[in-house]
Formats: sequence, structure tokens, C-alpha cells
Amino acid sequence: MIRSHVLVCAGTGCTSSGSEKVAAAFEAEINKAGLADEVRVVKTGCFGLCAVGPIAVVYPDGTLYANVTQEDCAEIVSEHLLKGRPVTRLVYDETVQGDTVTSLEETGFYKKQVRIALANCGIIDPEDISEYIAMDGYQALGKVLTEMTPGEVIDVIKASGLRGRGGAGFPTGLKWSFAAAQPPGKKYVACNADEGDPGAFMDRSVLEGDPHVLIEAMAIAGYAIGADQGVVYVRAEYPIAVKRLQIAVDQAREQGLLGDNILGTGFSFDMELRLGAGAFVCGEETALLTSIEGNRGEPRPRPPFPAVKGLFGKPTVLNNVETYANIPPIILKGAEWFSSIGTEKSKGTKVFALGGKVNNVGLVEVPMGITLREIVEEIGGGIPNGKKFKAAQTGGPSGGCIPSSLMDIKIDYDNLMEIGSMMGSGGLIVMDEDNCMVDMSRFFLEFTEEESCGKCTPCRIGTKRLFEILTKITEGKGTMEDLDKMEALCYYIKDNSLCGLGQTAPNPVLSMYRYFKDEYIAHVRDKKCPSGVCKDLLSFTIIAEKCIGCTLCKRVCPVGCISGNVKEAHVIDQDKCIKCGACVEKCKPKAIIKA
Amino acid sequence: MKSLDELKALRDKAKANMTIREGTSESTRVVVGMATCGIAAGARPILSTLVREVADEKLEGVVVGQTGCIGICMYEPVVEVFAPGKPKVTYVKMTPEKAVDVVRRHLKGGQVIAEYTIGAEA
Repeated sequence: MIRSHVLVCAGTGCTSSGSEKVAAAFEAEINKAGLADEVRVVKTGCFGLCAVGPIAVVYPDGTLYANVTQEDCAEIVSEHLLKGRPVTRLVYDETVQGDTVTSLEETGFYKKQVRIALANCGIIDPEDISEYIAMDGYQALGKVLTEMTPGEVIDVIKASGLRGRGGAGFPTGLKWSFAAAQPPGKKYVACNADEGDPGAFMDRSVLEGDPHVLIEAMAIAGYAIGADQGVVYVRAEYPIAVKRLQIAVDQAREQGLLGDNILGTGFSFDMELRLGAGAFVCGEETALLTSIEGNRGEPRPRPPFPAVKGLFGKPTVLNNVETYANIPPIILKGAEWFSSIGTEKSKGTKVFALGGKVNNVGLVEVPMGITLREIVEEIGGGIPNGKKFKAAQTGGPSGGCIPSSLMDIKIDYDNLMEIGSMMGSGGLIVMDEDNCMVDMSRFFLEFTEEESCGKCTPCRIGTKRLFEILTKITEGKGTMEDLDKMEALCYYIKDNSLCGLGQTAPNPVLSMYRYFKDEYIAHVRDKKCPSGVCKDLLSFTIIAEKCIGCTLCKRVCPVGCISGNVKEAHVIDQDKCIKCGACVEKCKPKAIIKA
Repeated sequence: MKSLDELKALRDKAKANMTIREGTSESTRVVVGMATCGIAAGARPILSTLVREVADEKLEGVVVGQTGCIGICMYEPVVEVFAPGKPKVTYVKMTPEKAVDVVRRHLKGGQVIAEYTIGAEA
């Protein structure tokens, strides 16, 4: 009789830190202890707390073990599973209070989270359809097929206030109603799983941790708009997600939850996977559909919108993974429940991929309207090494930054738009005082310039010129006119580009220039990088009075540009110095200054 | 599967395997003292009996777990029941038969079995 489950995270984050070996070690140790009939090892999706992976949770206690190694498994099995004593040494710090282990929900990381899209992630085995069914999986599909008309389904989604989680926040129900209004005939339901924002990985986590939710939601969308075919466009760089989604599709087919005459209702729906090669522009809806058709992934002007003329010229509903993950809970719990969460115009929750200079790097799902301060300080556990928060970038290379002065605004679609940022797909990169904003904006521009598909001139050439201006500034060669030119070029690219990639590419520059103008001016006028990042504007000098002549810096310098005798003041040859900073780290009396 | 009823039947069956992961502050916790002394006194069959009986009786909101040494080794095996909002009940010198009784009469029926408790022994 099974009395305990050991859940081991098998998401990409924990897999890369070795969770597969940990799961195997648990199984071996459990067998050795003769507990194979009592304890089951389950490989689940992402728990969100990627910073301390590999993660394992022992139920029924709900004890979370962090940074588990193969070697730790024997101790956890013999102490916890055999004798019921949690190994406090390995338990996630935040849940240990004195001698007792508190529940995970009480930790700073989880307390403020509300999990709807990620509800099953880290709870169920994604490769076993019966575990999804146990969590009321496919009940929403059963409900719409037996109790609701397609029009009623669309009304519920409209009333819920759900907006697209992929970036722009278009009302999902409205989108569905456009496709439903098209004359009957071949229609498609498509899913954008081409998560391209650097640092965002919520869609991957849903696919890896709860793939059936996507299948169920797409079938519901198919019923609502009158489509019998679904297509998921997923990045080939997500091998675990692709594998689990394919397993899920096969299992759903086997169970008759995909295919002809689903649940005996006469409704038929099937779906297939298309792998993308990872071009950022293929996350743009028209480029994505063009790529599925087998053509080069380039956008086309809208209208016509995909809801009217989409995949293979047929009406198509295209939503992203996280949006779909909200559909079954809305159908089961009702529009009113969903719209009770969030702000006036942004309902429900949003998943953020928390990254950068923050302690709890990972995936968090929070109600709309939460403040950045709550996310960074409470859920994220603050900034490492006692540094000061400077800004957070939302929306990746298409979004903008939120400076510390705006840390208390409520995060939703409209507020972010107003301050010159955007929700985007939910990447949230935290920056501290050591990040140079000019350098950051240059970094994002480098990305969009590289990913521009080249079809339209404003984006292809505009982003290149913009990148050149930013490079010039970080090298200390910028002029005040360059700053004006830069701003004007930003607006030109925004106004004239064909698709969302170009229209949003200048956003990081504009918002960082708006809130950190003084940093740009310091680079241009004073030829200084206040954060000490831009190498061309840095110099390292040794203060002779403080130098004790220990020769440590001389020995660590990779280019041999430091000279001086023992117990005498040393000197750095500025022409040879590559500004690596190795000497500063070694200098005990702190005689070397970076400025 | 051919109908919604079949899906619901499958769900109810599958749910039984998932209750282990559902512990909340609302659930009743039944813990067996399983330090070396408890195991030596025969705690393991009691734990498996409790797990099996709770599943057989389809009790919802009941979590069966282990704990370390409770500190009353002469009364082992010990089983404690923590129901939200109620005083803790400590059953001592447990046997698999007594464990079946505890599940049926106490956890299901709501009656504390006074003669098995530490109060009756002391």
C-alpha cells in the first residue's frame, strides 16, 4: 500500500542541475530499504523555486528538500521515509523554524502566490494522464460538450475578463468571437508555444509540468469556434516540453479525449505539434502561422487578422500557452470566480519568470495588481549581497523598465503601458546598482537587431543604426546630438515597422532613457559609466599611499600590465590594461580604485 | 472512453492515488511514531494498516504520516490524531486490529476510543 510520494522536479531547470540522477537514486535507495511497496517516486513539472534545484518534496508531510544531491538520497530515505524524521539539514531553509518544519505555503516565496495556470505544476506526473484526470482534468471539456453551446462558452470567457498572456493583452473571449463569427468551414485553433523572450520560461513550464491542460483548452476553443484541428507551434529548443506534450497528445488520443466523437458527443478534435527553429520573430502571430505553413517565418500586415484569415487562409484562433492554461479553470469555476481576482481591467493572475539580481530566481504566479515591491522583496527574497534595487525590466526586449520610484504601482496591463513598459510574456529581470542602463538597453537592442527578420526597412536598418548609436555611447564616443537622434529614431522605428518585433524593439531604450537620462548624459558628457560596467569608460588606478606592495595584483593580472617591486607602490599601465577587474578583487588594502 | 460518466468514474478512481499530496491545514493528521523504538515495537504494520483502511473507507481530508520519537517509549507503538480545532488524541500500545478500529470508529465515526488512549493506560 503506497503511503508516501516523493516528488522530484523534472522541469528543465532542475534537470540541468541533475534531478534525473536524484530521482534514480531515490528509487534505488527506496528499493534497498524495502519500501518499494510503500513509497512512490513521481517526476513532476516545475515547482518554481529553480534557484535551489534539484527539488524534491516528500508527501504527505509536504517537506521540501532543496539542492538535493544523489548522495543525500540515502539519508532522506533512511531518516525521513523509514523513521519519519525530516532531514532538517537539507530542508529548504525558509520552511525550517527551530526544530519544526512548516508548510511550503507559509514561505515568503509561496505565500503571496495564487496558482491557476501553474496549479498542477509540481503536483502531478505530467506523463500520466490519470493524474491530470484526478485533478478534474478534462471535466471542463466534458462540461462544455454536454452542457454549453459554443456561444455560451465564448460568453463565459468574455465575462471572465481573461486577456492574452503572450504580450499585448487582447481580450481572449473577443478574439474567439471573431473566429466564431466567420462562416462555417475549416477553422483552426493554434497555440503559440514559441516562447522567445530571453529569460521567460512559463510556457515551457506549463508544457513540461501540465501538458494536458493545453490539450483540453484547445479542444474547448475548437468547440467554441467550430474548429476540428489544433496546431501547437513549439520551439525545438524545448526538448523536454516537446516530448511530454507528444506523450500527452498520444495518451489523450488513446483515451478518446482527442479524435472523433469525443465523449460520445459527436464533437471531433485532433491536434499536432509543429517545431519551430527558434527565430524570435516567429512568436509574432502572422510570422508564426506563415512558418507553420512551411514558409520562411516572416510577418505580414494586419488586417486581415488571423481570426478572419489565418492558417492556410482559414479563420484561426491563436493564443499562447499560459492563456490556454487559464481556460479549463474558468469553465469549471466560473467567470465570476476568475474576475474576482486581479484589478479592474486585468483579471486573474500572471506568471512571471523572476531572474537577474534577485535571491529566489524562479517562476511565480501572482494576482494582477500586486506591486513590484512585493514580487522582488517578499517573493523574490530581495537583492543578493545587500545591493540596492535599481530597476526591473518587464516584457523582455519588447518591454521597458520599472525604476525603484515606481516600485509600488500595481502591476497590470494598463499601468505598465502607462509607465512605458509592458506585461509582455512575463519575463521579469531585476537589476541592481551594478547594472548600467545604457549597457542594458544596448544588450536588448543587440538581441532585437539580430532577430529582426529583415522584411521591413524601419526594423532591419533602424535597429542596426540604433544599436550603433548605443555602442558609440557605451564606448564614450557619443555626443549630445546622438541622444536626440537616438530618441527620434526610436519613435521612427516604433511608428513604421511592420510587426510587433520592430514596433516594440525601441521600448527598452525609450524607457531606460526616460528614467535614467542622467546615466546616458554621464556617458556622453562626462565620459563616465556611473555603474562601472562600460569598459571603455573605466580606468583602474593604484593609490600609492595605500599600496603595501604585496605583489598580489601583479601576479593575478592576465596581461602583465602592473609593475612594481615588493613593498613598493605598484603602477598600472593604462595602455595595456584590459579592465578585467581581477586586481581589484585580490587587493587586500583596497588600494585599487575603479572609476 | 465514450462518455462523461466514464471520465468521472476514472477521475474518482484516480483521485484516491492523489490524496497523499493533498494535505492542507484543514485535514486531520494521523501520525505514527516511527523512531527506532516505535519500529521495534511494531509501528510499521500499524502504519500500513492505517494507510490501507483510510483508502478503503474512502476518507477525505485524512492524512496518514509518520513522526519521530514521541518520547513515551514504554507505550509504543503510538498513534496520534490531530483534527483541526480539536484536542490531540494519543493512542498507545497499538496493534493492527486497534488501528482498524481507530479508522472506523474515530476517523470515520467521530468517536474517540477512550480505552485505547494514553489516559486509559496511565
